[in-house]
Amino acid sequence: MTRSFLIETRDEGNVRILALRGFLDAHTAPRFEAAVEEELRAGRSRLVVDCTGLDYISSAGLGVFMTFIDEARGAGGDIKLASIQPKVYQIFDVLGFPALFDIQPAVEDAVARFERGAGEG
Amino acid sequence: MASFERTFCLQVPSSTENLALIREFVSTAGEQAGFGEDETLRLALAVDEACTNVIEHAYQNEETHEVTVRVTVDEDAIAFEVIDRGRGFDPTQEPALPVEELIRRRRGGGLGLRLIRTIMDDVQYRIVPGQMNELRMVKKRRRAGEVKPESGESR
Repeated sequence: MTRSFLIETRDEGNVRILALRGFLDAHTAPRFEAAVEEELRAGRSRLVVDCTGLDYISSAGLGVFMTFIDEARGAGGDIKLASIQPKVYQIFDVLGFPALFDIQPAVEDAVARFERGAGEG
Repeated sequence: MASFERTFCLQVPSSTENLALIREFVSTAGEQAGFGEDETLRLALAVDEACTNVIEHAYQNEETHEVTVRVTVDEDAIAFEVIDRGRGFDPTQEPALPVEELIRRRRGGGLGLRLIRTIMDDVQYRIVPGQMNELRMVKKRRRAGEVKPESGESR
């Protein structure tokens, strides 16, 4: 009926951007999970999730971040979030995610955080 | 002593595909009841989480069953009842774990309940053996101009 969730990927330097659009719930989360897993299996652990077009997230979507965050950090990378709409941010906030994940106002900020961290080994 | 009460009911097949429909139903009811945009989104999220639990746990992802969402609005509160006829599982008996612990365990399942508990004012679970399971969630109304968040004495 409707394509309620889309993922577009692109590179900025050696950082992989996953831009999400639509509704991330228990129905669509498996697609996001597969996309993140594919990046990590391909050796890309420096990920920025661009949430500009994300209209909704439930715990199934949040669970994907939780599932892969240790693996990404263990491989020397991270899963950073950027450009979250206020209405979606309140859901991250309810769960205390801002203390656990690196959330940046814009994609460029998140990419810059990787570049700054890269020099420190 | 509610002077008015309205009830809305939605019954859908037990597929996660229908979560979007359930959220729209809850949002419409919330808006009609006078809840703001952010609060309506949180209500829809809580009901989404409850229905996801039913689909994944009570029905083990079998799509041939039904999930019922009943919304009752009165002048004091909005109440949601999520009803299924699957395996009874009382989510209110699950311990409320901190997010760090949920991350350490690498599972997202506990997060939904944590959201429900945070968003709603009252959460109760009822099993009628052999008939149905019902998760009842209540969100009280805050009446504009009557009670300010900072002060409890503005009567």
